[in-house]
Formats: sequence, structure tokens, C-alpha cells
Amino acid sequence: MRLITALLATMAMQLALAGDAPADLPRDAAISGLAFLTEETKALQHDDFANPGLLWVDRGRALFNQKAGKASCRSCHADELAGVFVRYPAVEASSGQLITVNDRINRCRSRQQGLPPLAPAADELLALSMFVAAQSRGEPYAVSIDGNARLHFERGRAYFFTRRGQLNLACHQCHDQNWGKKLRGDTISQGQPTAFPGYRMEWQSAGSLHRRIQDCDAGVRAQPLQQGADEYKALELYLAWRAGSLPVESPGVRR
Amino acid sequence: MNGIRLSVPASATRDEVIQVKAMIQHDMESGYRRDQVGQRIPRNILKHFECFYGDQRVFHAELNPGVAANPFFSFFTRATDSAELLFRWTDQHGQTWTASRFLEVTDG
Repeated sequence: MRLITALLATMAMQLALAGDAPADLPRDAAISGLAFLTEETKALQHDDFANPGLLWVDRGRALFNQKAGKASCRSCHADELAGVFVRYPAVEASSGQLITVNDRINRCRSRQQGLPPLAPAADELLALSMFVAAQSRGEPYAVSIDGNARLHFERGRAYFFTRRGQLNLACHQCHDQNWGKKLRGDTISQGQPTAFPGYRMEWQSAGSLHRRIQDCDAGVRAQPLQQGADEYKALELYLAWRAGSLPVESPGVRR
Repeated sequence: MNGIRLSVPASATRDEVIQVKAMIQHDMESGYRRDQVGQRIPRNILKHFECFYGDQRVFHAELNPGVAANPFFSFFTRATDSAELLFRWTDQHGQTWTASRFLEVTDG
């Protein structure tokens, strides 16, 4: 009897341990959210004129070329920052902080232009980030998760695997374990970040990846964090790594 | 603030049928939605979109609250003479936004 109890306890412990260390989605099995869209929506994303995200890219380009404060973005970055987006989020050497493209833009504003930083959800910041992201369209993410970035990466991964909200669901449960199945009228995607910053029809507007994550948090009835929150930056790093060799689609178009 | 995207060929041969595309950034707030505290969000929509080719109005659309944000129009017109294509959007308050492109017509 005692033996059976001990055996059961061991089994329960093993089950609990297995539950504590769930596996990442294999990076070579990454599928873009594009695969779950209708043909019409795919066509809209691929239309170099009608993609509504391009309205923000246009505005971003104008802001990039315009002198603001002491200089324009272009006066330093004549190359328009091609291929830069895929390296973010990254750890800033001087401060050890994890910074996103948006943070990088705000650092340029304060250091080079002498201007106050833009709010995380500001439309100008969104436009600039979409212009920068569009210069990396078609390239795979190339974030570093080693060295100083490791801690942030693990923090982002922990966010992904943590149950939250009244529905008590983790990102992992929908986007790793149940992608491809139906959730109300939609097919659950893998939660890949490739479209963002991009256009979302539900918003009737463009938005950042953090705004998209806020919607998932609200969907499980958790209190969403602020755009630009440290946890979201860490999660952005984890998602960029998890995307494997998927190319950046920004400005993507999603439901 | 309101971004405008236009697609008009720079040149065409006389009597050629050309495709014209125009998109403007606008919320097209229907007036039926409510905000997080239950207050009605005021209607704010574009009412008209027009395209003038020289002196002639070649396209006109009346927009209503059911039209989605950032309206996009695509239509065809016949190239007759070299002239400016002027695009004009008018909102419910009478405010207008315009943009134009010159179309060169050749006797190819």
C-alpha cells in the first residue's frame, strides 16, 4: 500500500515536472499568420498600393526626411536603416536595457534631435517604426538571445507560458498547443509577430505588436499591460526568436 | 495628417482607358459606436469623393457611415487630353482634402 502511494506520488511529481517545462514550438515549424487569412486579405497585404498600412509607412517616410529639432533622421541614416528592424529588440550596451525599435527612435529623438520622447502609442512613433520595419520586409528576424539578452529572453518566454486572466490561459495554450483549430469564427494562428507593426481590420487602423498583445491579454480577460512595458519587450524578443526563419511582413494586414 | 495615396499613370495614349486609384487615411467613425464608458463616439465621416479630369468631373461617390476606415477607390477613365486629375474628399463638416496628378496624353 505504502509502495503504491509512493509510486503514485512519484508519477504525480513527474507529471507536474513535465507540466512545468513545456517545449517551445519548433522554430522550423513556424507558420506565418498569413496562412490563416482569406485570399482577399492576403492580396491586400501583397498589393503595393492598396495595403492600408502603407499610409503609415508614407507618413513615416515623410517624418524621417523632415527636420525635427536639431536634425532629420535622414541626416544620420542616409541608408534608411535597411535590415535594422530584424535585430530588435536588442540589449543596449551602455545601459544593459532591452530596447525595441520604438525605444531606439526615442533615444535618437532625445540625443540627436533634442526632442522629448514620443508616447509608446503615439501615431508618429507608429509611423516611424513602420517605415523602419518596411525596410526589412522579406528578411528573417536576427535577434540575439545570448549574453545580456538571455535574461530578457527567459522573461519573455515565461510570460508566454504563464496562465493569466479570468480564463486562466497562457499564450502557449492557444498558440503552441491549439493553433490551426477554430476559436469562434477564426482559426487560431501560431501567434507569430511577422505582420506587426501592421494594419488590423478590427482596429480599422495600424498598430504595434504590443497593441496586438494587449488584445490577446484582454481576450483572456487579463489586465493588459501598457505598450512599451518591459514584459512586452521581453515577449517581443521571445516571439522574434520563436519566428525562426519567417520573414518580416510589416506592414502586414490581419483580421 | 490625412495621408493620401494616388496611382495615376504619368502618360497614356489618346483614347486609352486608364485605371486610377486613390486612398485616404480617415477614421470614418460611424457614430454608432460607444467608448469604454458608454459615451457615444461622435460621427466623423467623409461624405464625398470626387475626381476632376481637367474641367470635367469623371467620378463621384457619396460615402455613408457603413464605409470602412481609410476608403480606397479604384476606377477607369478614358484619356482624352493632357490635363490634371484632381482628387477631392469632403467630410461631413465641409472640410476638404485635395491631391492631384498630371496626365500626359500622347498621340501614340
